[in-house]
Amino acid sequence: MNEIKKQTNFEINQVISQPYKYGFKTDIEREGFPVGINENIIRLISEKKKEPTFLLNYRLKAYKKWLQMKTPQWANLEINPINYQDITYYSVPKQKEKLNSLNEVDPEILKTFEKLGISLDEQKKLSNVAIDAVFDSVSIATTFKEKLGKSGVIFCSISEAIEEYPELIKKFLGSVVSAGDNFFASLNSAVFSDGSFCYVPKNVICPLELSTYFRINDKDAGQFERTLIIAEKNSTVNYLEGCTAPQYSENQLHAAIVELIAFENAKIKYSTVQNWYSGDEKGVGGIYNFVTKRGLCIGKNSNISWTQVETGSSITWKYPSCILLGQGSSGEFYSVALTNYYQQADTGTKMIHLGKETKSKIISKGISCGFSKNAYRGLVKIGSNASYSRNYSQCDSFLLGASSVASTYPYLDIWNSTAIVEHEATVSKISEEQLFYLLQRGINTEQAISLMISGFCKDVFTMLPMEFASEADKLLALKLEGTVG
Amino acid sequence: MNNILLNVDKLSAKIENTEILKKFSLEIRENEIHVIMGPNGCGKSTFSKILAGHPSYEINSGDIFFDGKNLLELSPENRSHAGIFLAFQYPVEIAGVTNFDFLRIAYNEKQKYEKKEELDPLEFMEITQNFLKKLKMKAEFLNRNLNEGFSGGEKKRNEILQMLLLNPKLVILDEIDSGLDIDALKIICDGIINNLAKGASLVVITHYPRMLTYLKPTHVHIMIDGQIIKTGNQELVEILEQDGYDAFTN
Repeated sequence: MNEIKKQTNFEINQVISQPYKYGFKTDIEREGFPVGINENIIRLISEKKKEPTFLLNYRLKAYKKWLQMKTPQWANLEINPINYQDITYYSVPKQKEKLNSLNEVDPEILKTFEKLGISLDEQKKLSNVAIDAVFDSVSIATTFKEKLGKSGVIFCSISEAIEEYPELIKKFLGSVVSAGDNFFASLNSAVFSDGSFCYVPKNVICPLELSTYFRINDKDAGQFERTLIIAEKNSTVNYLEGCTAPQYSENQLHAAIVELIAFENAKIKYSTVQNWYSGDEKGVGGIYNFVTKRGLCIGKNSNISWTQVETGSSITWKYPSCILLGQGSSGEFYSVALTNYYQQADTGTKMIHLGKETKSKIISKGISCGFSKNAYRGLVKIGSNASYSRNYSQCDSFLLGASSVASTYPYLDIWNSTAIVEHEATVSKISEEQLFYLLQRGINTEQAISLMISGFCKDVFTMLPMEFASEADKLLALKLEGTVG
Repeated sequence: MNNILLNVDKLSAKIENTEILKKFSLEIRENEIHVIMGPNGCGKSTFSKILAGHPSYEINSGDIFFDGKNLLELSPENRSHAGIFLAFQYPVEIAGVTNFDFLRIAYNEKQKYEKKEELDPLEFMEITQNFLKKLKMKAEFLNRNLNEGFSGGEKKRNEILQMLLLNPKLVILDEIDSGLDIDALKIICDGIINNLAKGASLVVITHYPRMLTYLKPTHVHIMIDGQIIKTGNQELVEILEQDGYDAFTN
């Protein structure tokens, strides 16, 4: 290699070596449970949260199912065995039982969120986003509740919803992802601690973007959050989710469930920027991100749209899906997954067409660097009653460096001959000629690669809300690694 | 006599294990137009890529000084900032990156290098519009992805648009005339000649004398097997037209 080439490779490697900037931890007195999982722990969680009996029974039922299940092995992932008795299932910062205002929140925690760029002080923050901040197992604060309340929108932590709106919880919790859905979903159903709840009534267009920020702080705690969003007839809601965690050399488990329900003509747009700690350059540490996300388009012409930018976590196992039941309903999945070092991602979607004239669209962009593995796994199912349904799928992979792996596993399951299903897939690399062209115009290596990657991801980034789009762009620029040619 | 802009002294360079340039020397002063003609594979394009700092070539010996700087010590992007502009024979396509974003980033990088203020999209649009007119290009051209789906002529025009924006001191045209019709060729040549910075010079690599009727070279070089073997004026082109490269090798 000559000097310039060495220099270029060096610079590309520099682009990546940016350390994880959210890796700090907050030292705080916390109230944890004994480690491990058993019926007693589940009863304790439920009691701690003053839950009604139906919920305790739901948890216990899920736990029993979970005990009979095995870790799924079908994904293209190498997972070190997880000892579920080493995990703390409930960990909350020590504080007063009930917080009346932000002033009562531990200043250390507020500082943590400030450091993450999430201000919970309503005076200072983005004026068009309401935020629910979740720290380990508990929701710390939800902003703009009053303003939302005026339009009838309920946005609060799921714990609060269980206390205040038990009838909604009883009706909808577990109605999309059942307690026995899969191994990690059952575990979540048994031990979920907190998360966000949102209810948008009939004919209401939610006046603010809703957002939850998840932070895992505790070293031994798993985060098992639960999100439930219900959009009634003719309503619309946009929801954003962000995640970070400190840098620990142990793996931490994150097994969440998100359920969305859209009634007639309702629209739910759910966007995620996932930046959990991904482990170090040797693959030590990082979050195991095993998440079940599913939306049910129950009403006619309803719409659910998932957009995700997955850059963090040591292992990601996640398939945000849509069940298209209502006639003419539609589902979308836009995804960018970037893996670096020894990260592994097996992610994609399931589009289950059950109603007539249902439509779905899948755009997936995978970027693999270092020794990482990045797989797209997607199922398009057209049921026998789903006449004249359509799907379009496009899966593009981008390889940076020669040691990474990208795979695509598209599954089709078609039971109706009037369906139209299209699938396109490409694999590309940054060519030396492209890079040289940009360099010749005075654009440096770092910028050139960012430019090409953001060009590659453009179809997905344009689906993100403004506040997230530039953030996602920056995030990718920070995480890039690779060698050219 | 004008100041020396580029001095290539006995440059030898190879790619993988093939030596392409063999003690290649060339001196260019300000306000000159140099034409390099030579058979396929003689090293013309290699020379232009080496000037721009392409990473695939290895320099064995020799020096390049440009505008008082040792060019071989500069990274490709800094050579660009120093004033070297290569108009590519085959401009690459880049998916998802709009021409406008690309042009603005390149322009602002140069501004930054010269410690001038960077332009916001509106300001940048204003100056770009001027150049678009000169090259008879439509504004919608800016919203398309960089070179993606551009016709041969559009790609070449886009190269010259970049040249106008970056205002270089030395412009290398690597077979810019390939794939262009007569009208497009004239627009491009006029665009170059009328907009070169003060004191700037041109290196024109071509197989076809037609372009030279528009560009009026001050020097004509015949390059064979990695070296310039003859230098003269437009008369050399006439000899070449009549007898081919044999006239110079025998």
